[in-house]
Amino acid sequence: MAINYLNPLFEVVRNPDRCIKCRVCERQCANEVHHYDPDLDRMVADETSCVDCQRCVTLCPTRALKIRPNENQFRENGNWSQQIMDEVYKQAGSGGVLLSAMGNPREYPVYWDKILLNASQVTNPPIDPLREPMETKTFLGKKDQSIHYDENGKAVYEKNPYLELDVPIMFSAMSFGSISKNAHETLARAAQELGTYYNTGEGGLHKDFYKYGANTICQVASGRFGVFKEYLDTGAAIEIKMGQGAKPGIGGHLPGMKINEEISKTRMIPKGTDAISPAPHHDIYSIEDLRQLVLSLKEATNWEKPVIVKIAAVHNVAAIASGIARSGADIIAIDGYRGGTGAAPTRIRDNVGIPIELALASVDQRLRDEGIRNNISVVVGGSVRCSADVVKAVALGADAVYIATAALLAMGCHLCRSCNTGKCNWGIATQRADLVKRLNPDIAYKRLVNLVHAWDHEIKEMMGGMGINSIESLRGNRLMLRGIGLTQKELDILGIMHAGE
Amino acid sequence: MLKKEGETRIPAGCAISGFINRSGRRTNGSVIVNSIACMHDRSNGLGGGYAGYGIYPEYKDQYAFHVFYDSNEARIKTEAFIDRHFDVINLSRIPTRKHPNITDEPLIWRYFVNPLPTKLQESQLDERTYVARCVIKINDKIDGAYVFSSGKNMGVFKAVGYPEDVGEFYRLDEYDGWAWTVHGRYPTNTPGWWGGAHPFALLDYTIVHNGEISSYDANRRFIEMFGYKCNLLTDTEVITYIIDYLNRRLGMPLEDVAKVIAAPFWSEIDSGRFSPEEVEKLRHFRNVYSSLLITGPFSIILGFNNGIMALNDRLKLRSMVAAEKGDTVYVSSEECSIRTMSPDVDRIWSPRGGEPIIVTLDK
Repeated sequence: MAINYLNPLFEVVRNPDRCIKCRVCERQCANEVHHYDPDLDRMVADETSCVDCQRCVTLCPTRALKIRPNENQFRENGNWSQQIMDEVYKQAGSGGVLLSAMGNPREYPVYWDKILLNASQVTNPPIDPLREPMETKTFLGKKDQSIHYDENGKAVYEKNPYLELDVPIMFSAMSFGSISKNAHETLARAAQELGTYYNTGEGGLHKDFYKYGANTICQVASGRFGVFKEYLDTGAAIEIKMGQGAKPGIGGHLPGMKINEEISKTRMIPKGTDAISPAPHHDIYSIEDLRQLVLSLKEATNWEKPVIVKIAAVHNVAAIASGIARSGADIIAIDGYRGGTGAAPTRIRDNVGIPIELALASVDQRLRDEGIRNNISVVVGGSVRCSADVVKAVALGADAVYIATAALLAMGCHLCRSCNTGKCNWGIATQRADLVKRLNPDIAYKRLVNLVHAWDHEIKEMMGGMGINSIESLRGNRLMLRGIGLTQKELDILGIMHAGE
Repeated sequence: MLKKEGETRIPAGCAISGFINRSGRRTNGSVIVNSIACMHDRSNGLGGGYAGYGIYPEYKDQYAFHVFYDSNEARIKTEAFIDRHFDVINLSRIPTRKHPNITDEPLIWRYFVNPLPTKLQESQLDERTYVARCVIKINDKIDGAYVFSSGKNMGVFKAVGYPEDVGEFYRLDEYDGWAWTVHGRYPTNTPGWWGGAHPFALLDYTIVHNGEISSYDANRRFIEMFGYKCNLLTDTEVITYIIDYLNRRLGMPLEDVAKVIAAPFWSEIDSGRFSPEEVEKLRHFRNVYSSLLITGPFSIILGFNNGIMALNDRLKLRSMVAAEKGDTVYVSSEECSIRTMSPDVDRIWSPRGGEPIIVTLDK
């Protein structure tokens, strides 16, 4: 047998004084790391398959477990890191493309963390959200400002289709297939309770969830999985997925082993076949083709629903956004390179695309320079991690944000980044019935509602501090932002001044 | 060195006052000067100014440009521009009176002009848009020139100093108008640039404003999409442009303009006090004009070609009192200043936040 060059990434540390050999860890680990050795009468671990999902640690009744990085290391090298060497060994063994999941984890700058917010002092009073109205309701869609008044002085105006959000936060696309049915139910119920929207992703919509249609955004991606008339009619809006932050330039992947009976029905493809979306939409090879798809989808739904076009943040994102703003679409969603995924080629995830903060700043400015910012609303995601990120995104120019990773964390995800294995111990990114049932939607949706309510409170506190009592006065209000530790070039792109200026 | 308005953003507190005579009876400018003098402590000597309506009956059909020049060169360049775009009916320096507290005055000129018909036609703009574009162009492109008043049969007079001194400097006792507004400024830092004083004006719209709006950059970045240039970085400037855009360009009546810039809270919209039709309109306004909502404290008096509008922010974070005596309506930051103009008013009240007081000339 050939040598396995791979080192376990983690070490399972078990405190023998605490372990009561209850075997919970063994039952909970879909990766089969733990088992009971009757000869030794103790629990042992095979660390090679541990992904550090923290399931065993969280459920161990005596807190006997710890997972930590494997201390064993290769000879230090500033150029050839252990991870890069491991990847070479892996590919030399398999001959395959490296696969990863969730967002780009590398240590690129996080611009959110280099932006500071303003607060009122003396010349302008801060407003107390506990005592005064503080508004975060947001409308998304084209804003046609033309108006005229008839002979009786009554205002006459056109109304464009729009989405109405009680909080400027929506749940980003995650397909049924990449995540479990229980996870989808959690998102749908939370969106309904919060007065916002969740997104089906490219896998169609399970029949059980049609009742949440008023809070559902139905995605149409290049594979067109699960797309038919009733599906389009059910949602509140339609999203055309042109790209995704985690893997710009390629389509979605769902391995055949995840395509069970229910997913096969929902996606309208045979059981067990791989669901590989093409990289482009085969009817869209340029911007004028996109316009035709936008208008066809509107025609198919009686011009009643706003159409979102989702793109990945890439180098020329501003020009692309300008084209989309003139395509008839109502909303553009931009996904940054930190955006999550159920599976993506590692090299693409880690090397393609740009930070959402920079993409947002240049798109918003470009649309204003061209005088077409009103044609379209801008939604950003990938990755928005907390309420302060939301406030900064809105102040840079976003109308609303998409969150997905944070929503999964609320359900219990620990970002072990192994969704592609289909063995999610938290019941989220898996289709194995025994694992799926670990996620209880009754509990999980409340946690998700809690999370967004908490963020909404924090957004209101920060707005009030700035003397702003309605989110629309924060939108594009870059004077409320200052950079810290940024170069002049970065400040120019973000359109903000440095702290102290 | 201190940066002037336009190079940095300067927050300011203030006093405002104004009145209008509905029947069009003209009142001497000294009355408004007295009204602001009694609120002396609300200003700090770094800016004061007035807007008078109906003051140029002999040139009522011409646009009256009031211009500050830093130098004769700026004047020559500007006059060349004006000559290319307008027919100048009359020009002169604006008469002033030396005042010990008013110093460092720029050159202050006045022009009564008509747009050149050929140029106007060529521009494919309506007349008022043409004039507004020309004014914005001078202010944006010609260094050292600043048009601070550009309406018909009205004029703005402003300077660095206490407003009562500014009134004497400009000899306002020699003007009579059917409406006057005034502003005393308390900026937090300024090198004392005359253009930075208020009122701010575009065509016959003038604004005096007390407050510091927190929505400033959201409003600025939005309104600049429509050909405006916010050169001064002041609240007053952006508010004027918003009103010009909504009222003049979109044709929205001032009642509705107030519903956009000081929109009712959602809790009020949903409270059942409005008709379903009105609720529908308010929802539409909050959706499509959301970037023109103004938040943070403000009290403003807008002057326009046939009236005035007074408006508070929707939380009423700045004081503002209104009063009525016969066919005259008064508005001021403080009651005392109204009492100096009319000691025994018929009615005096404090308007609610977001509720405009709109008074126009009787036809």
